[in-house]
Amino acid sequence: MSMITSPSPEAVQARAVLLGRSNWGAAEIAFWILAVACYWIFPTKLSLLSEIAILGLVALSVDLVLGYAGIVTLGQGAFFGIGAYAAGLAAKHGMGTSLWSDPLIGLFIGGGVAAFIGFATSFLVLRGSDMTRLMVTLGVALIVDEVVNQMKWLTGGSDGLQGVLPSAVLGIWDFDLFGRVAYVYSLVVLFVLFVIARALVKSPFGLSLQAIKGNQLRTRAIGMPVNARLIAVYTVAAFYAGVAGALAAQTTQFASPDYVAFHRSADAMLMLVFGGAGHLYGGLLGSVIFRTMQDVLGNITPQYWQFWLGVTLVALVLFVRGGILGLLDNLLSAWRRKGGAS
Amino acid sequence: MFRRQILKSMGVAGLALATGISAAAAQETVKVGLILPMTGPSASTGRQIEAGARLWMAQNGNTVAGKKIELIIKDDTGAADQSKRLATELVVNDKVAFLGGFGLTPLALAVGPVATQAKVPAVIMAAGTSTIVASSPYFVRTSFTLPQNTAPMAQWSAANNIKTVVTLVSDYGPGLDSEKAFKAEFEAKGGKVLETLRSPLMNPEFAPFLQKAKDLKPDALFLFVPSGQGASLMKQVNERELAKAGIKIIGTGDVTDDDQLNGMGDQLIGMITSHNYSAAHDSPENKAYVAAFLKANNNMRPNFMSVGGYDGMAAIYKALEKTKGDTDGTKLVEAMKGLSWVSPRGPMSIDPATRDVTQNVYVREVKKVDGQLYNVEFATIPNVKGSN
Amino acid sequence: MLTILLDGIAYGMLLFILAVGLCVTLGLMNFINLAHGTFAMAGGYLTITLMQQMGVPFLLCLPAAFIFAAVLGLVLERTLYRHLYDKTHLDQVLFSIGLVFISIAMVDYAYGANQQIVNLPDYLTGRLNFLGASIGVYRVFVILICGLLVISLQLVLTKTRFGSRLRAAVDDGRVARGLGIDVTRIFAVTFAVGSGLAGLGGALGTGIISFDPTFPLKYMIYFLIVISVGGTTTITGPFLAAILLGVADVAGKYYVPAVGGFIIYTIMVVVLIVRPQGLFARAAGK
Repeated sequence: MSMITSPSPEAVQARAVLLGRSNWGAAEIAFWILAVACYWIFPTKLSLLSEIAILGLVALSVDLVLGYAGIVTLGQGAFFGIGAYAAGLAAKHGMGTSLWSDPLIGLFIGGGVAAFIGFATSFLVLRGSDMTRLMVTLGVALIVDEVVNQMKWLTGGSDGLQGVLPSAVLGIWDFDLFGRVAYVYSLVVLFVLFVIARALVKSPFGLSLQAIKGNQLRTRAIGMPVNARLIAVYTVAAFYAGVAGALAAQTTQFASPDYVAFHRSADAMLMLVFGGAGHLYGGLLGSVIFRTMQDVLGNITPQYWQFWLGVTLVALVLFVRGGILGLLDNLLSAWRRKGGAS
Repeated sequence: MFRRQILKSMGVAGLALATGISAAAAQETVKVGLILPMTGPSASTGRQIEAGARLWMAQNGNTVAGKKIELIIKDDTGAADQSKRLATELVVNDKVAFLGGFGLTPLALAVGPVATQAKVPAVIMAAGTSTIVASSPYFVRTSFTLPQNTAPMAQWSAANNIKTVVTLVSDYGPGLDSEKAFKAEFEAKGGKVLETLRSPLMNPEFAPFLQKAKDLKPDALFLFVPSGQGASLMKQVNERELAKAGIKIIGTGDVTDDDQLNGMGDQLIGMITSHNYSAAHDSPENKAYVAAFLKANNNMRPNFMSVGGYDGMAAIYKALEKTKGDTDGTKLVEAMKGLSWVSPRGPMSIDPATRDVTQNVYVREVKKVDGQLYNVEFATIPNVKGSN
Repeated sequence: MLTILLDGIAYGMLLFILAVGLCVTLGLMNFINLAHGTFAMAGGYLTITLMQQMGVPFLLCLPAAFIFAAVLGLVLERTLYRHLYDKTHLDQVLFSIGLVFISIAMVDYAYGANQQIVNLPDYLTGRLNFLGASIGVYRVFVILICGLLVISLQLVLTKTRFGSRLRAAVDDGRVARGLGIDVTRIFAVTFAVGSGLAGLGGALGTGIISFDPTFPLKYMIYFLIVISVGGTTTITGPFLAAILLGVADVAGKYYVPAVGGFIIYTIMVVVLIVRPQGLFARAAGK
């Protein structure tokens, strides 16, 4: 019996919805244009902006595992640090001349090593409750922290890795004191990885992740290879975090144990939840706002900025659901209700 | 027509001059950017240095060689990538003529390349590892180095019937520096270091290490922990009754930090340490310094970090006087080389070859003076070099 | 070495007292309260203030710390926390971290960033020698007090009406409510007691561990380790876990200092891989 008939109207609609998910909304395009424009709007703050871009990338990696696959993890910071040290060591031993110091190769080295370790430890997050996974990933992160500190002969210990000298990007642009090259480089890398992530989550693979997040038992029951998917997304997220670490090492030109410290994971998760998990932009927005607030508050009160940040967090959670994106969503729908249906 | 052209070009040239990139050279205000850990575990270091720096400015005015000095304080939370970013911003945006501060070794090392690239002198007011100053030709130190403060302790021990020592240090740059310096000096004088113990930097429990030291039964236990951890370390030393077991407790002055000493309890009386500064240093300069510091800072006692800040500003002022206000970085560093003056800590100078600080190191004993605990100096080793 | 064992047990028991409140709130209301360390810090700093500035005797400070922290917990629970019971775990994490930041800054402002020191009364200092081991008098004191607390907690849980209601609510909140048990009130009381215990732990801890404004963050990790290894359905579980971790940490640092710091993390990871619900948890209704 031939199944080749013209698609039913429902199927056409379903296809349109599925394909339409990949269209770029106006707000998205505006975001990226603004990011590029920052190069000219804030020429004196480019180091900070590079840092924000890198933080955004880490938050993005957390979003992939947490926002889309529902794996609660406090371990992304470890991959960030591993990527930073891997790329840093590559650049250091390449001594600015050989292929090892090329920044792009450094990115792959950083991301690759992190992805490998992510893959190797992915079995840890397959079982257990939220709390279990939180603690296991935290434990792994803390172990990585200790290992880095202990392996002084390789990592320079608590003094950090000195002499990280990446060569020019694409052989043309050298990292300058003003942070110009660093920002453009970080932003481009972020954008490219973002587009890939976006395609990933809009794809059937991404949809299956959301199904797993919603109800793992049921997803298994319909025959989906849940473990394989989780391992895949965890490895990809580790790669992303590793690349972010590599970026950090290259743009700051050193790596220190602070890069594997627990607060990196905590900050990334914090920024993601602050921005709103599960929409890919939450991490980016969260990083921008959180880090900017930290900088501004830090200038106003170098000692007590933490207080105001804490107040903001508490207020945000008490009054809004879903972080900043949730807040924007509320405002938008309120505005629409007022202006639209009358 | 001609006149207009000349005027125009003069105007353009004038504008170019005025907005020239070597901004510092043409300014009336000279900015000094201090990068300090104002929050986080090393926050007390940052506070002390800031207080010391501000006290200098309060006592000496804020004008030098016709230029107005403006102090900018930035918090790097003790994270090296922050220090680097802040240093870059200070140099590029605020166009500071001097960088300063650096509460820990990795923070200073991170800023080195920035100072070198921007040709801005960076005054190390706290960090103590010996290798830092060599990492950039623009580094000048006014604090101390661990070998500088440790070697006299080893010498004193060897000369005072101590034959075996166990060392316990925090496992990071300055700690390892101190351990190495002590061992080298002590063994050169015929002593023996039984074991070198290292406790993790972020460690809440010293107990197992102290127990191990006690079990080894040395003549003395040498301690080093960063400023701020001394209290909990000594609490556990006392709890374990090491002194009663016949083990002499010695260490560098970081452990009997003036900031905390008074609250640490009478069991410390008798502990011998070596360091470059004690609030009880008997000189007119120091008495005036301590009195003014207490008054300006709500009865907070100054410690060795604060003189790092105080003398750091002194070096900056003196350098500017020597260059008559010229803020060219290379000239300022040259001006700082060889400077010498009497600080509250005693006489000190900047070694022209290494740009490190040469100063007296004192051996002190914890005693009760006027109802408060102080490190009372009883021996002086003059003019110890910071690094070779 | 018996000394090391005893040191570890004292440390472990202290950790338990500090963490038990968190364990019950997590098990009972499934609420991740990362600000739990704040109550411990409150108890510790109150003790420091009372002793240093007002000369209050140490033994009085202990109940004072308990009451202070319990009241603080009750107030915060009624005003802020209860709005968050329905929110996601992530929101709870964000909220509690915000609270931690606020508390760190407030303590920093009031007391400065330095480590605080407490001078213990003379009858609690010194060492005892028996069975070839020596142990500090204070550590014995800690073990005794914590032991008493554990026994009384276990008695309350198993022998009182409140205890059985609490256990029912932990096992299955919905059914408990269906039986007419006022779960919300139980939680308020439990939260207060848990915070009070944390405060007491903080007060006890002033003699052993260091207190500075970053305390909640530094120790949070240890609390979480105790809870995840011990499981959240009993209190004997975390108790044994805390002892295990205390001894492992102290012994590890003594015998193998190079990896001492690692040991507890590795133990935790291994335990969680093998038994994700914790070493000692019994299968609960959830």
